[in-house]
Amino acid sequence: MRSTARNARNNFDWLLIVIYLALVGIGWVNIYSASIDPSGVSNFFDLSNLYTKQLLFIALSLLLIVFILSLEAKFFERFASVIYVVSIASLLGLFVFGKNISGATSWYAFGSFSLQPSEFAKAATALALAKYLSDIQTDVKSFTHQFRAFIIIALPALCIVPQPDPGSALVYAAFFFPLYREGLSGIYLITGSITIALFVLTLAFGPVYIIAGIVLIAIILLIKNRKKRFGKRYFYILPIVSILFVLSVNYIFQNVFEQRHRDRFNVVLGKDVDMKSIGYNTYQSEIAIGNGGLTGKGFLKGTQTKGNFVPEQHTDYIFSTVGEEWGFLGSTLVILLFVGLMLRIIILSERQKSQFSRIYGYSIAGILFIHFLVNIGMVTGVFPTVGIPLPFFSYGGSGLWGFTILLFIFIKLDSNRVNEW
Amino acid sequence: MRKILLFSIVLISGILLTGRLFYLQILDTSYASLSVNNAIKRIYDYPQRGHIYDRNGSLLVSNQPSYDVMVIPREVKPFDTTEFCGLLKMTKEALVKRLDKARVYSPRLPSIVIPQLTKSEYAYLQEKMRKYEGFYIQKRSLRDYQVDYGANFLGYIAEVNRADIEDNPYYQSGDLKGRTGVERQYEEILRGVKGVKYIQKDRFNRDIGAYKNGSLDTIPKPGKDLTLTIDAELQKYGEELMVNKRGGIVAIEPSTGEILALVSAPNFDPALLVGRERSRNFTNLYYDSIAKPLFDRGLQAQYPPGSPFKTLNALIALQEDVVDPQESFACHMGYYYGSRGRKLGCHSHPSPLSMVPGIANSCNAYFANVYRRVIEKYDTPQEGMDVWHNHLASFGLGQYMGTDLPTGRPGYIPDSDYYNRAYEYPKYKWFSTATISNSIGQGEVSLTPIQLANVTATIANRGWFYTPHIVKDIEGEHDAIPEKYRTKNYTTIDAKNYEPVVEGMSGAYNYGTAAGVQIPGIEICGKTGTAENYTKIDGKRQQLTDHSIFVAFAPKDNPKIAIAVFVENGYWGGRYGGKIASLMIEKHIKGEITRTDLEDWILTHSLEEEYAKPLSGKPFPINDGKKISGKIEEKLKS
Repeated sequence: MRSTARNARNNFDWLLIVIYLALVGIGWVNIYSASIDPSGVSNFFDLSNLYTKQLLFIALSLLLIVFILSLEAKFFERFASVIYVVSIASLLGLFVFGKNISGATSWYAFGSFSLQPSEFAKAATALALAKYLSDIQTDVKSFTHQFRAFIIIALPALCIVPQPDPGSALVYAAFFFPLYREGLSGIYLITGSITIALFVLTLAFGPVYIIAGIVLIAIILLIKNRKKRFGKRYFYILPIVSILFVLSVNYIFQNVFEQRHRDRFNVVLGKDVDMKSIGYNTYQSEIAIGNGGLTGKGFLKGTQTKGNFVPEQHTDYIFSTVGEEWGFLGSTLVILLFVGLMLRIIILSERQKSQFSRIYGYSIAGILFIHFLVNIGMVTGVFPTVGIPLPFFSYGGSGLWGFTILLFIFIKLDSNRVNEW
Repeated sequence: MRKILLFSIVLISGILLTGRLFYLQILDTSYASLSVNNAIKRIYDYPQRGHIYDRNGSLLVSNQPSYDVMVIPREVKPFDTTEFCGLLKMTKEALVKRLDKARVYSPRLPSIVIPQLTKSEYAYLQEKMRKYEGFYIQKRSLRDYQVDYGANFLGYIAEVNRADIEDNPYYQSGDLKGRTGVERQYEEILRGVKGVKYIQKDRFNRDIGAYKNGSLDTIPKPGKDLTLTIDAELQKYGEELMVNKRGGIVAIEPSTGEILALVSAPNFDPALLVGRERSRNFTNLYYDSIAKPLFDRGLQAQYPPGSPFKTLNALIALQEDVVDPQESFACHMGYYYGSRGRKLGCHSHPSPLSMVPGIANSCNAYFANVYRRVIEKYDTPQEGMDVWHNHLASFGLGQYMGTDLPTGRPGYIPDSDYYNRAYEYPKYKWFSTATISNSIGQGEVSLTPIQLANVTATIANRGWFYTPHIVKDIEGEHDAIPEKYRTKNYTTIDAKNYEPVVEGMSGAYNYGTAAGVQIPGIEICGKTGTAENYTKIDGKRQQLTDHSIFVAFAPKDNPKIAIAVFVENGYWGGRYGGKIASLMIEKHIKGEITRTDLEDWILTHSLEEEYAKPLSGKPFPINDGKKISGKIEEKLKS
């Protein structure tokens, strides 16, 4: 037993650990810059400083890591269902015991600290999904099993949406990636991509051009495939469904979406929006990043950062501090670290002997990816404003711990793959 | 496909986001300036503008504090408008209108409610200001004129316009800048350099401390004081003498080139262009197209020089060695030339005359002869013309003088090119007689008063001059003025050739045309001038009453002052110009006026009636000085 434990420790993927430490470290430096009192009078060790608090959160994460790595790898697979149920319960409990912080009932309050269970639910859902899909009985191609998998994913998301925190719920779309990897039909991928593309294009260019485009493509495809005997009906059905969808886009946009969502889309699409109110966040964030230039203004020298022009700069908009103070070189380094982290997780997942580990790996790569893309996309003004944090970077204990657990369970699972012959 | 989907999406997203960053941070540079605009505030510290003194150290221009009532609209709390309007002496409607305008401009930035309160208004208001939140008083510095004359060369300062700001990044909207005169020419010396503090702002536009710990901040450099060459007493006296006349007086100290007086009439009080009424006063001055008070006649008016120009022709003839000073020429009430008996008229005087009495009596025939000899000395009239032109150019004529004042005109001295073009040479030929008017300072030549004063100073110096200038010292240092005002310019005429001309000018004063303005105890050398001049009325060329011109320097040896006086339509040289010049000389040399009869005559005579003639729309006689005395009757009665 001792020998296996040492063996496992030596098999930790140190590259992932180094990237993790680098991201957390860089993240803290930027939180320090974004939250330091410009008058410089406060004591470093005063816990009312956000950066001091974050340092404490980081220290606690390290304890958490030690704890996770010291557990048996099998523990996670064995207790996945329990963890999932507890997590769902914690989400439901919010409706009774939750504390409302800035409009969302997403927190449990313990004195001056508060916990956000949705940050932990991601890991729990990933474990549960991995457990269900890796079951020898489960067939991803069966509709019933697909539906059950969908329930596992949708349950926490449905608990999170009414908090309200639709941004965090959006992250659950990430579980499409492990499902697809395990054999989910490509139809879902195609349908999903086309739907999103049609929606965005219709908003950007108006329905007339898009319908004309659909008709054109349909005619071309029909002519090219006129000798085909089967499947011809799709050439009629698909365009008609698409056109109906395009026609309903405006209705959905105007009636299902709320005004603030519409505004966020309009900001990104470059429609005429008042940059002083609705587009303010995005605009200030773009100014801060653009201000950085090639090498940035330097640590603690960012004028936008110091002036607190970017709201929520230490949380969701922390990347704008990187952009302003460390410039193109600094922000590219951060992007490289994230891309490296995710690619490494995917590569390792593919190497897993156990299907459970692979599915889990794909799940967390997907989750990290959605956070990464949506957050940095938002901060650089190419995505609509969606309030989700940048993993390991943004200020907040729950978020940091949630992502730490997410990642280190995978590191633990990965370290164990030699034992799973 | 299943294995590489997420892998490729991650990779592509990474590249796309990097591309977006590249665009924001490297390609699009507009964001950097946006940030400076919203995150860093500059606060300027304006130094005191330098004072201006006259040559004897008496203060001409200093600064006065002025107070603007400012408002920051969003900080205004409800207040007692009736009381406040009472304090500011404005109506409630006007106040509401101002506040609305300020709010439209910016709710967070200060706007002016009432500009330029006086010291006493400020003292009264200061106590009560605390009660009105959002309002405060900002101090500014304005010019304070200690004298009510000299506006033409002192110049004025005004807020910079868009062109100034684009021209020179030093200036910001609202800064003041010298617009004319010394204020403009010595702008950078008088102004100093403003200091700047960079303040980091937060998103509420509040100050949150010095940007980069103040390492970029600069302290203001105070403006330097100027000492002018102007003699304030003489300047003031000159302006008094020129009341109700139009024209210019330029007095120069020959030994230094320093301008002692630079009078342009009519003039205005420099204080008109300061304070709350500035804009209205400026409009009035600017649109006075009849008297043109903003036109500096001393520097800018190009007049036919008339007879004083004969001294130059005499100098050129001597230098070209075409005449002996003893040689006499006959005059039969004029000079006859050409085959058809054309005549250049003259007045009655003894005949024949040699050079000295020729100058003293201002004989036209004498100078017509001498001038022709100069032009005809060479094979072609073109060559002769250019030699003549080049001699005059060495006096600084026909070109900008290069004074240290921002305005000026070159005047005109014709050369062979000019006549070739005018007579379509070589299609038609021209000879010296075609240009004969130049011999007596009429025709094509024109000079500004300062040019003529400088010619006089050059004659006084017997051959050299310093470029006339108005600044004597900068911050008490004479060597700080530009090198060119400390360098002698020599003319092409040898010193010995000046003596007969000086004698002639002495003769004019002692027994010739200027004998009427003699002042006991001062040996003056002078020359009268009576210049024909024309204007256009309804497109028709119309001759006006002659200009009265006088040049003089005194004393004959070691001259202290050289002066040129132009009085527009002043009949003849001795009538206005001679009297004014002799009074100015007496004032400068003796410090007091002994010929009070002369002074009284000038002070009680006006040319306004003469100036009104061409505007009357009716036909009018010219040069009828005997009929119109120009005496101001009302003044005598009172």
